[in-house]
Amino acid sequence: MSTNDGYYIPEPSKWPIIASLTLFVTVFGAVNTIHGTSFGMPILMIGLISVLAMMYGWFSTVVAESPSYNGQVDVSFRMGMMWFILSEVMFFAAFFGALFYARVLVMPWLGGAGNNAMTHEVLWPTFEAVWPILTNPDNTAFVAPKEAMGAWGLPAINTLLLLTSSVTLTIAHHALRKGERAKLNLWMIVTLALGVAFLVLQVVEYMHAYDDAMGLTLASGIYGSTFFMLTGFHGFHVTIGGIMIAVMLVRCLKGHFTADNHFAFEAAAWYWHFVDVVWLGLFIFVYIL
Amino acid sequence: MSDDHHDHKPTGLGRWLFSTNHKDIGTMYLWFSFIMLFIGGGMAMIIRAELYQPGMQLVDPDFFNQMTTLHGLIMVFGVIMPAFVGFANWLVPMMIGAPDMALPRMNNMSFWILPFAFGTLLSTLFMEGSAPNFGWTFYAPLSTTYGPASTDYFIFGVHLMGISSIMGSINVIVTILNMRAPGMTLMKMPIFVWTWLITAFLLIAVMPVLAGVVTMMLTDRNFGTSFFEAAGGGDPVMFQHVFWFFGHPEVYIMILPSFGIISQIIPTFARKKLFGYSSMVYATASIAILSFIVWAHHMYTVGMPLAGELFFMLATMLIAVPTGVKVFNWTATMWKGSLTFETPMLFSVAFIILFTIGGFSGLMMSITPVDFQYHDTYFIVAHFHYVLVTGALFAIFAGAYYWLPKWTGNMYDETLGKVHFWISLVSVNVLFFPMHFLGLAGMPRRIPDYALQFTDFNQMASIGAFVFGGIQLLFLYIVIKCIRGGEKATDQVWEGAEGLEFEQLPSPAPFHSFTQAPEVK
Amino acid sequence: MGDGMSVLLRTIKAISLMFVSTELFAAAQMDLTPGVTAISQEVYELHTLILWICVIIGAGVFGVIFISIFKHRKSKGAVAANFHDNMTVEVLWTVIPFLILIGMAIPAAKTLIKMESPADDAEVTIKITGYQWKWNYDYMHEGFNYFSNLAQSSKDAVNSDNPKDREGINYLLDVDNRMVIPANKKVRFLMTSNDVIHSWWVPDFAVKKDAIPGYINEAWTIVPKEGVYRGQCAELCGKDHGFMPIVVEVKSEADYAAWVAEKKGVAAAAAAGDSKTWTMDELMAKGKDIYNASCAACHMAEGQGIPAAGFPALKASAIATGPVAAHLDIVINGSKVNPAMAAYGAQMSDADLAAVITYERNAWGNNTGDAVQPADVKAARK
Ligand code: HEA
Ligand code: HEA
Ligand code: HEC
Ligand code: CUA
Ligand SMILES: [Cu+2]
Repeated sequence: MSTNDGYYIPEPSKWPIIASLTLFVTVFGAVNTIHGTSFGMPILMIGLISVLAMMYGWFSTVVAESPSYNGQVDVSFRMGMMWFILSEVMFFAAFFGALFYARVLVMPWLGGAGNNAMTHEVLWPTFEAVWPILTNPDNTAFVAPKEAMGAWGLPAINTLLLLTSSVTLTIAHHALRKGERAKLNLWMIVTLALGVAFLVLQVVEYMHAYDDAMGLTLASGIYGSTFFMLTGFHGFHVTIGGIMIAVMLVRCLKGHFTADNHFAFEAAAWYWHFVDVVWLGLFIFVYIL
Repeated sequence: MSDDHHDHKPTGLGRWLFSTNHKDIGTMYLWFSFIMLFIGGGMAMIIRAELYQPGMQLVDPDFFNQMTTLHGLIMVFGVIMPAFVGFANWLVPMMIGAPDMALPRMNNMSFWILPFAFGTLLSTLFMEGSAPNFGWTFYAPLSTTYGPASTDYFIFGVHLMGISSIMGSINVIVTILNMRAPGMTLMKMPIFVWTWLITAFLLIAVMPVLAGVVTMMLTDRNFGTSFFEAAGGGDPVMFQHVFWFFGHPEVYIMILPSFGIISQIIPTFARKKLFGYSSMVYATASIAILSFIVWAHHMYTVGMPLAGELFFMLATMLIAVPTGVKVFNWTATMWKGSLTFETPMLFSVAFIILFTIGGFSGLMMSITPVDFQYHDTYFIVAHFHYVLVTGALFAIFAGAYYWLPKWTGNMYDETLGKVHFWISLVSVNVLFFPMHFLGLAGMPRRIPDYALQFTDFNQMASIGAFVFGGIQLLFLYIVIKCIRGGEKATDQVWEGAEGLEFEQLPSPAPFHSFTQAPEVK
Repeated sequence: MGDGMSVLLRTIKAISLMFVSTELFAAAQMDLTPGVTAISQEVYELHTLILWICVIIGAGVFGVIFISIFKHRKSKGAVAANFHDNMTVEVLWTVIPFLILIGMAIPAAKTLIKMESPADDAEVTIKITGYQWKWNYDYMHEGFNYFSNLAQSSKDAVNSDNPKDREGINYLLDVDNRMVIPANKKVRFLMTSNDVIHSWWVPDFAVKKDAIPGYINEAWTIVPKEGVYRGQCAELCGKDHGFMPIVVEVKSEADYAAWVAEKKGVAAAAAAGDSKTWTMDELMAKGKDIYNASCAACHMAEGQGIPAAGFPALKASAIATGPVAAHLDIVINGSKVNPAMAAYGAQMSDADLAAVITYERNAWGNNTGDAVQPADVKAARK
């Protein structure tokens, strides 16, 4: 609306309410997909596509406005992104918490530890507390996997890919700050490629897990549940981060950003590093230990 | 005064749908919360009517459970939290000398998600099977394996509320950290701003955990995971741990902003500065930090190891210390003041006393061996209604009366305000005090029917409930009357009022609070 | 029960009672019960201690507030002082409450440690299993178990319009089969659940422990006094959470032994029942009892169900009037789509199942004429 004395206040905007609506359509579609209603999937698709369209529209507005932003707006955006990432950290914390709780406490309890001797003796006499669990307490209701997912095959390669991509992204960032556009574009492409490679390998890993020979699925007990929820949500976040990187790449190619004004780029970079750090946690606690 | 400039307000429906204005969005939050109070309160009336006498008269047990569940969810997520976000929207920019919130468009989105979220939640009442009927705490496996089909709608509704709260709190934090007028150092900020800053941190830390736990529910229900099933190596109690890791900080999310409101009001009507400003800030922060390590006091009976029970008991008891500091500071603020008792002050004084009573019962329940007796009885229902109704809700009433003149430019009807206060005060105690006795005498909570010896106190509570509910219609009338006109408020509104919103802005406050940074001494 | 006026009177009486004595408190059913065990009495003392500490602190704080309200009013010419800080009092009112809390924590911890001590030396062990909505008591070392349901008298009175029907029957606090334990002996309880979380609570013993599916929690008690003690399920467990009471009868050692012998006899007779052939009338009579105890909660006494809540009618239902095999299957193995319809095969003997299925197939006009025998059930079990 007005910029007086350094304050910037945006005009009324239709995007927020469109955003709320598209979110609603998406979750409505999601529930109905889960419930197997015939219109579930189409609505979910409409929802997802409209979310993307909404984001495109909203961010385009912001990009168009950005020359008139001042330093304060920039700081607000930065802080906003940081706190958003903290909330994402807490989301993962819930699942890591579930993993630790299940491994460190629940599993020994089912095996009779602590004050649970009777739990073991009366209810699950055959259960043995060994992680990863290869025989569930009730192995007919939840069929355990035949073997655990090793750490030093694909996961190790994936770790390398993701760590490298964080480095290449930083190289790109430095290039941007020095105004070396060609170098910037090159390293952005490399980063994106590494991210995509990560995702492809993860799909390969999942296919391997779901294969009957291994039988590691969402439904194969707490080991499978925590494995897929953690790696799955991580993969989902890599996908989002990847989309961000891709958008930044396109904007770099279009010549957007200047050496000292490129908040969007940095936000995407922070997100990417965050995803990387989460992966390290996963690699250690889900795969190695 | 900031210079008079033309407020070009957008007009029509678009003003509300596309708003980027903190006041308009604040207003929408407050009205939303008000409507939800009537819906959630209406459900409470159904509960109280069924419990008026033994035997099943009005509803069937399953519907009763749906009422309890939705009442709890709506009051917590639909009334108290949005009301406080509404206050934050209106007041934070005015109090710190900013033109608006830092991220106005996101602000609008935070609000507009809510009608969708609660529309989803309420629509479950009309779904086949039943609405959520497992309590606002939705323990597994009652909510997973045994939950009705509508549970999945409930889950996504919670996701939407979570997104809204997280965005709202990011906005509050960024506004406070980045938009303060020059000279407004952190330790000069009004206490209300401080309490909201800390509340917002709590929200960012725990709402994602709630999202996590409902996601685990979703996959347990639909995709074969076994987080909460022993057969697959999970544990129903794990649900409770993750839920209460969110749930306990959540109850402080509902009380810290009330502390802030009360800390604004008491000094005004005592005409005396707030006693112990800095210890107020530290106490608030301590409460927030402690709130992360006490969650399992809701789960003493689940069979935790002894060490866990001891730890959570001691940690919980500790919270009485910083909370006590606050109560003592308010008392000291009133001491040797020059007191007058306009409606906001009446509600605030009632708040201090009644909240403390609620705090005392909380402390009693923190003692593990005794909580074995209290747990899941009406003693707890009494506890949390004292802290939530005569605590949070009374603070909301107090704040509404206090700032309504600043918001609307008109004084509310003081006589009616006093009537509202006195009838509320008496009826709310008739409503909730007997619940202590019911609980101690052994009446479990969440039951639609009870043994004969509980009859008297239940009747008392129900009568109190009908009066308390009825008198809220008067509050609605007072608010509407005040918006439509009345004696003009002065800029300072209250003789003893301090702070930028009273000292540097006219009543009603202009559409954009400060278009130039104000002077802060 | 009474009209508004008498309620008001009682309110006043109750509130004034609070200030008189704790004994009256208990008599008016306003205070926690001291209970009958050593532990429950300790718990009661702790409760009283903390309550009084709170009352005293409250009286102090509220006293100060009321003094300011009356003395420091502007209308009485009070002028505001301008202190707003005082290190000494602030330290004091941080430290003193802290010390008070320590004073509470020590006795609390002691009692807690006692309560949570292991009960391996117990002389009687009872496995308590929560079901929607009844309890099963399994005397593990005696080799018998039985269900405990809300008493029929209460069930009949729930929907009655006449309040008199609810009087004199221990409304909602009575069961068909009580738990029986010996006096003065350590009894160990092992709590678990078959479906959702329940919580087994008898206030007089100060025992409340959650019954969690897939886990076993432990608790114990020693009851010095013979008598009948009542409690209720204390964790929301679905529709009839309010209707699953607990009744424990404490008997002398000799009476307890006699009771155990009798129960063993019944168990033996039940085993015999599984191998005989029953007449239609016997099956219908037995089936009706079982149906009312175990099935009517959902399918309702007249078999009409609560379709709105997802509980189907059995009257004229496809399964109850169709082939016997499908009927046997859903009752023995439970529903594959809705876990609310549990697998009763694990809960009931062959004779019980035969009887209840026969009853369902012939009551309320489902006149199929089929008499299902225990042998048929045995064959249907896999
Ligand atoms: C606004 C919300 C709010 C607030 C502020 C509180 C505050 C407290 N609560 Fe409460 N609580 C709830 C909302 C709240 N609670 C809800 C909703 C539930 C039920 C959830 C459910 O199951 O549905 C619950 C349940 C609950 C339980 C679980 C009971 C059970 O299920 O078995 C416990 C147990 O420890 C507890 C303890 C406390 C304590 C110790 C405080 C303390 O913060 C209180 C501190 C305050 C004081 C003590 C008074 C002032 C202090 C002084 C004057 C100083 C001097 C005093 C002494 C030294 C004694 N609460
Ligand atoms: C957060 C705040 C909050 C608030 C403000 C309230 C307000 C009220 N609550 Fe409560 N309540 C909870 C939070 C809250 N509640 C929670 C979290 C639970 C636990 C749920 C669970 O167990 O899962 C609970 C549970 C709960 C129970 C226990 C149910 C059970 O265990 O089965 C009861 C029983 O009396 C009750 C009553 C009331 C009453 C009478 C009010 C009154 O104060 C309401 C007053 C307001 C109105 C009445 C609305 C305004 C007026 C009208 C609508 C006009 C019509 C009026 C008439 C017809 C008279 N609530
Ligand atoms: C907790 C509630 C509950 C209890 C108790 C219960 N049932 Fe059911 N019953 C159900 C539900 C729900 C279904 C529907 C299952 C489905 O859709 O597959 C059902 C279905 C049935 C059916 C099939 C009806 C039809 O035609 O579809 C039969 C027969 C039946 N129950 C018998 C019994 C018997 C016998 C008992 C007691 C021993 C019993 N039920 C106790 C909930 C219950
Ligand atoms: Cu069983 Cu409540
Ligand atoms: Cu708590």
